[in-house]
Amino acid sequence: MKNSIETKTLKAREDFIMTKGSNQQIKCDQQSLAGAVSQRACVYSGARVVLNPVKDAYHLVHGPIGCASYTWDIRGSLTSGSDIFRTSFSTDLREKDIVFGGEKKLTTIITELIENDNYQPEVIFIYSTCVVGVIGDDLKAVARRAEEKYGIRVIPVESSGFSGTKSKGYKAACEALLNLMEDFKEKSSEQQSSRTKKIGGKNVFKQQAAIMEQSNKENKANGQAEVKFSQSDTRKAKINALVKKLNHLSEIQTSSGINSYENLKQARRLIKQKQRSKTRKKLNLLGDYNLAAEGWIIKSYLQEVGIEVVAGFTGDAGIDDIRRAPTADLNIVQCAGSMKYLARRMKEEFGIPFLEISFLGLQDSLESLRRIAAQLKDPEIIENVERLIARKLPPVLAKLKVYKSYLAGKKAAIYVGGAFKAISLVKQFNQLGMKTVMVGTQNGKAADYQKLEKLTDPGTIILDDANPSELEEFMRQKGADVLVGGVKDRALAYKMGLAFFDHNHERKDPLVGFEGVINLAKELDLTINSPIWSVIGSGKNE
Amino acid sequence: MQDLVPKEFKERNSLVINPVKTCQPIGAMYAALGIHGCLPHSHGSQGCCSYHRMHLTKHFREPVVASSSSFTEGASVFGGRANLETALKNIFAVYDPEVVAINTTCLSETIGDDVTSIVSGMEIPPGKTIINASTPSYVGSHVVGFANMVKAMVKQLSEKREPAQTNNKLNLIPGFVDPGDIREMKRILEAMDIDYILFPDQSDVLDTPLDGNYKMYPDGGVTIPELKDTANSKATIALGALASQPAAFELEKMHDVKAYTLKTPVGIKATDEFLMQLLKITGQEIPAEIEKERGQLVDIIADTHHQFHGKKVAIYGDPDIVISLTEFTLSMGMKPIHVLTGTPGKDFEAEINKMLKDADWESNVAAGGDLFQLHQWVKKEPVELLIGNSYGKLVAKQEDIPLVRVGFPILDRSVHSYLPKIGYKGAMLLVEKISSALLDRKDRDTDFELTEFVL
Repeated sequence: MKNSIETKTLKAREDFIMTKGSNQQIKCDQQSLAGAVSQRACVYSGARVVLNPVKDAYHLVHGPIGCASYTWDIRGSLTSGSDIFRTSFSTDLREKDIVFGGEKKLTTIITELIENDNYQPEVIFIYSTCVVGVIGDDLKAVARRAEEKYGIRVIPVESSGFSGTKSKGYKAACEALLNLMEDFKEKSSEQQSSRTKKIGGKNVFKQQAAIMEQSNKENKANGQAEVKFSQSDTRKAKINALVKKLNHLSEIQTSSGINSYENLKQARRLIKQKQRSKTRKKLNLLGDYNLAAEGWIIKSYLQEVGIEVVAGFTGDAGIDDIRRAPTADLNIVQCAGSMKYLARRMKEEFGIPFLEISFLGLQDSLESLRRIAAQLKDPEIIENVERLIARKLPPVLAKLKVYKSYLAGKKAAIYVGGAFKAISLVKQFNQLGMKTVMVGTQNGKAADYQKLEKLTDPGTIILDDANPSELEEFMRQKGADVLVGGVKDRALAYKMGLAFFDHNHERKDPLVGFEGVINLAKELDLTINSPIWSVIGSGKNE
Repeated sequence: MQDLVPKEFKERNSLVINPVKTCQPIGAMYAALGIHGCLPHSHGSQGCCSYHRMHLTKHFREPVVASSSSFTEGASVFGGRANLETALKNIFAVYDPEVVAINTTCLSETIGDDVTSIVSGMEIPPGKTIINASTPSYVGSHVVGFANMVKAMVKQLSEKREPAQTNNKLNLIPGFVDPGDIREMKRILEAMDIDYILFPDQSDVLDTPLDGNYKMYPDGGVTIPELKDTANSKATIALGALASQPAAFELEKMHDVKAYTLKTPVGIKATDEFLMQLLKITGQEIPAEIEKERGQLVDIIADTHHQFHGKKVAIYGDPDIVISLTEFTLSMGMKPIHVLTGTPGKDFEAEINKMLKDADWESNVAAGGDLFQLHQWVKKEPVELLIGNSYGKLVAKQEDIPLVRVGFPILDRSVHSYLPKIGYKGAMLLVEKISSALLDRKDRDTDFELTEFVL
């Protein structure tokens, strides 16, 4: 077992694995080896997970049925409005489409979608899959024709599975989002000339009217609120009451999960009410997918300190939110792996600066709130942030102390998709007195691995794009107590008699912010200290 | 999203909304896991392999290991030969399986990779076996992929003894069912003292105990010598026309092993037929123990038939299972008024319609349908129970109808893969599930004053 790297690992894989303290450079950001039991997915999967939460868009998968089936509602993104994104639309390509091309079928299906009386798509995203890339369907042409005919947006997503790694899919999704934001530019110029472009079709006028009305309302609301907020104490009191309510609500959500629609509706109402109240600055939240209401928790903090979130990318994002996103003062990026590209592009296109933040973990949450406030250079926001922290922090610290006593000394192994998650997890484990004995990611970059190396103790195994046998080998070798990973790793950990902590799409409890810190500790305690591990026949190590 | 489901049915030509099927390769992967020491290999992009593993892991809650050719842009232009060759070398060097079962994907099929010729040109380490099946995702469904891989097992491995000599065994192909079902089949065969080769066999592969030791290749699975020996058996019973028949026919064609296709033995009638067929082929008696189980099952249904009689039910899922479930619910006096599978094929409709001929009511039957269509049917003509996979929850919640989970995939409940739905024991469990679902609903809907202990 000692020489496991040599015995169980392929030579070509050795460079992707390192031990902290060995002065070795880790290789990463490469295509997986052919034949590897990799946990990685494809370009399409990357595009799908990033784009799919856009709630009122129609997501049409152009390909054989599998690609649609496996990604049908796997994200767990919560919505406060439309839930059409959770419906699986597929062109279900058959043999004859492969032979004669799928464009005709795609065109028919778009027509079926639009002419169906019950659907009123404003935006259709068409995802390209492996086979579509090979048979060479011209999605752009089909989309353009549909746009001309019906006056809605039909946006192709260039996500043929084989054309790269998942990261490329993130980019494809970001491009599609930018494509949607192009509307903003058009809209502003149209409004200036106060003429509407004649495209024809049933939805276009409704859509434009809605956008104009929306922006009018906004202008009005902003103008009025500005005066009232500073003048009226009662309004301030009202806002405070709302904040209280919202906090209470987020506590309900975090303790028992969001399982009733009433809960959801209440949250939506409160958020809407708060949005109407005066906010001093506007930003977009990038790289949050509102899993288990995480986006709402972050939004509630930001709103409390006087910042409006224009659009979440893409958790609980509506088409109109995305279209208005270019009006924001700042972009904050949570999951950098998937969304830093969009932040960069929005900086180029719209001049919006961006800030990489993380609301995973206490340290990161505090730091992020303060950095956002500092970046916005608004004294009131800076003050509000301190007030929020002063209120939220003490109870969290008190609870953490209790959990620390349950968890200190436990050894954790981490294998997650994005490096930002891994980094924040290591920090949180350090805070809980736990040791990280192995940490790996599917899509980490060199800089991420340097950060990880800095954060971990000597002897920690760091690895890129690992396979199950490597995970098993190192977890055993290092005597891990818990594995943090995704769905495929869960079964592996359990089979080894190890605890498991879900840090993937399927998680049901929010892990961000003050609430998240406690949830993480609570769940770790729940799984590590479960009585089930004590009834397993043989020992877990050796 | 359910608000958008209209009652009125409008012809859709091609758009699939909320599928009741998935693609061939996952079925092939599941079949391959039923071979001992086998690493399924997906010849295509990484995503396919990753999705199939994820989906199977969610249904079985067990680790599922498989490898991928990890196609790149280059591979899809110049062909996947190099990728497959490298992959196989790496696989034998690192993971050391006894068998590699390669399935193709829509990508490798479309670019025209000839896997058979690539593999035959390769040096395979001694004692190792490679089989391959063509499983284009744009034909059939996951059940067809399963059938194709099982067919490949016998086509590429079965060997007639020289000189011809029977092994006195019976081949049994269980179909696309859970390990719990396979265990039950084995129990029945063993109770009848029948020597058998059962393939593919996922028991002890996807239902292994937790003892703190992870085995990449668990103890279960049909072995290569057994698969070779299928050519010398006296007969093959294929359970499920779509999933199992092609392999049985192949054996008949190649080695003259007589093939009998039966329904998946869900329910009394189908189990009776299965046992009678076993008796006919082997001459073995049906043991008293099994006969007693039948009697108990009939007793249970007699005790509770008033709960089921006339209840309208919608059944959806994979064809072999849906056909048997339809027969079973009919035999309990229920009315299966909507019956749907996502897998295309005319035989399904014919089979169901034959069963429904005696019934006086109009039923909706569709092959190649989707959940949206089923939902429309249910809206138009409501049912009291849904039977099918987890995705039916969409309809169940919206229309407030109880759902009994049977089939693949079940992602939101557990234990299903350990317990049988086949045989008399399996039928008892089904009756219990259906009865509980109906009575829980009744209890929920009954005013407190009218609630009774005895039902």
